[in-house]
Amino acid sequence: MSIFIDDELCTGCGNCVENCVFSGVEIIDDKAIITENCAFCGACLDVCPVNAILIESEEFKGDKIDLSQYRGVWVIAEHYQNIIHPVAFQLLGKGAELAKELEVNLTFVILGADFDDQLDKISLYGPDQIIYIKSPILKHYYSDLYVEALTDLINENKPEIILIGATPTGRDFAPRIAKRLNAGLTADCTGLEIDQNTRNLLQTRPTFGGTLMATILTPNSRPQMATVRPGIFQSPEKMKKNTEIKKIEYNFKEKDLVSKIVKVIDREKSTINLEEAEIIVAGGRGVGSKENFKMIEELAEVLGAELGGSRVTVELNWLDQDRQIGQTGKTVSPKLYIACGISGAIQHLVGMQNSEIIVAINKDRKAPIFKVAHYGIIGDLHEIVPVLIEEIKKIKNEE
Amino acid sequence: MKIFVCVKQVPAVAEVRIDPKTNTLVREGIPSIMNPYDKNAIELALTIKEEREAEVIAISMGPPQASEVLREALAMGVDKAFLLTDKAFAGADTLATSYTLSLAIKNILKESRDKKEYLVILGAQAIDGDTGQVGPELAEELKIPQITYVQKFELKQEKIVVERVFRKEEVVIIEAKLPALLSVLKEINNPRHPTLSGIVDAYSKKDVVILSANELKPNKRKIGLNGSMTEVWKIFIPERKEDQIIIKGTNEEIAQELCRNLRNDKIL
Repeated sequence: MSIFIDDELCTGCGNCVENCVFSGVEIIDDKAIITENCAFCGACLDVCPVNAILIESEEFKGDKIDLSQYRGVWVIAEHYQNIIHPVAFQLLGKGAELAKELEVNLTFVILGADFDDQLDKISLYGPDQIIYIKSPILKHYYSDLYVEALTDLINENKPEIILIGATPTGRDFAPRIAKRLNAGLTADCTGLEIDQNTRNLLQTRPTFGGTLMATILTPNSRPQMATVRPGIFQSPEKMKKNTEIKKIEYNFKEKDLVSKIVKVIDREKSTINLEEAEIIVAGGRGVGSKENFKMIEELAEVLGAELGGSRVTVELNWLDQDRQIGQTGKTVSPKLYIACGISGAIQHLVGMQNSEIIVAINKDRKAPIFKVAHYGIIGDLHEIVPVLIEEIKKIKNEE
Repeated sequence: MKIFVCVKQVPAVAEVRIDPKTNTLVREGIPSIMNPYDKNAIELALTIKEEREAEVIAISMGPPQASEVLREALAMGVDKAFLLTDKAFAGADTLATSYTLSLAIKNILKESRDKKEYLVILGAQAIDGDTGQVGPELAEELKIPQITYVQKFELKQEKIVVERVFRKEEVVIIEAKLPALLSVLKEINNPRHPTLSGIVDAYSKKDVVILSANELKPNKRKIGLNGSMTEVWKIFIPERKEDQIIIKGTNEEIAQELCRNLRNDKIL
């Protein structure tokens, strides 16, 4: 690909500079100049009033492969203390949709030591096939073993899409496998779709701290790998399915390891589970004080909801850090999200905008939270919340 | 031993805003800064150097103005700085970036006496792209072990002992031999500020060495756009909802109306 500026047409208006997120264009002597930072995203083309910018796709000169050999959608699981991380099931839900569109099989891959008893239960989440790589040493996670075993398996079976949870574990082995396979990898996706014409996976993810979204393609290589943010997609409904189960016993030896686990520290498990909560009541700066937060807590209590908050409430010590929702906190998708006194900075919105129903209570009618809310209440939360608590109590008593 | 630290110049993303009226990006006056996590990586390298004979080398890939963050690294106390800059590197994704960085590290190691005992340290991720992929991909290029998301580090005789964070309730202590690559979390340390004499040295005694494709002699199919398997198809401002209900009335009416709606939605 190459990008050109037609100097005769360019008026030096600077629209391109303002709309470029990569600092990929500058105005020098009243003309636009493309810099090394250009990512060829084409944002500048759309805003140039005189059509002075041109992107030409040239033939891809990198290493080429036959894309048609690659078929199938894979989900790779991770686990802790013999429990599969919920993101793996969420990915089976999304993976099934993608596999259906592509008319291919959905495969679930587990590397572990002791999953024989769980395979039937896992098959209820809908994979056509489960590949279980078994070795006593796989009780724990080792980067190098995952990379070695999975690279072999991928080379042998050639899936076209591989989905991995964007957890510290997934984000550790996925890039290393991608490098070994020379495969494209997109980090921390929050949206996945198929382009039917090319079978390309359209991978959408927040970027620039969540201010912007980027859609990434992997047009010239396979497999297309993506790590996917937990809490975005729904686990599928369980159903009976004839799942093919393939067990592969692997002979890893301790001496194969390049690094050694000395100790696994199991910290006290947090009882807060925002990611799986059905209802979340969250407070923001508008709550006003730690004292006032008790009102928000009470609303959460009568609803049987988890308590959450925006970043500022954690910074002000009104709330524990475990309860922070947003780009630097948790990503949640409950059935009901009630935002009290949260203005709705984009960094907060990316963490909760997938909630089924969003209720916003805020004094400022221009607050961005109203742009994502299904029900908006413009008013003083200190007056409305107590009345709402009474109303809900009344309903619960009638039931 | 040699300690390589990879640093990146990024826009201060916290200051990137969307103009709510026009729904466009406001990027005027957004400063370029050193990726905050990279300061923790530099701090760790400098701490190791206080205990053991080591040379700390900062490497960055980017446009010529990225030399600013390398000056900052020099001012913090880094010994040498290299900027990989060339039009041919433009449009690189993490695959192409990690390849290009690996060439520089290999080049520097070639001229070094102790080729085997080295460390590569990166910040866990950059605040603009947030991928955290360059570290593991660079470790794979160099064929050395990687330990990502490190929050504690200790260098013993011939090995390192680190704490890696998997999730809130699980921390793992891992031992590895050198060479190795680490990506570090902010929790690992508090980065130092450059001293006045450090800043003077960074501009007078030390220099940023420029390496272009001429010096690095890359495989042309593995750099820039050709070495990048991912492609940015589009960048957009997240969509907003339009079909919402604004509930009005007295506080009692609002509470009742909201509850009625939530019951219809089968939430209550």
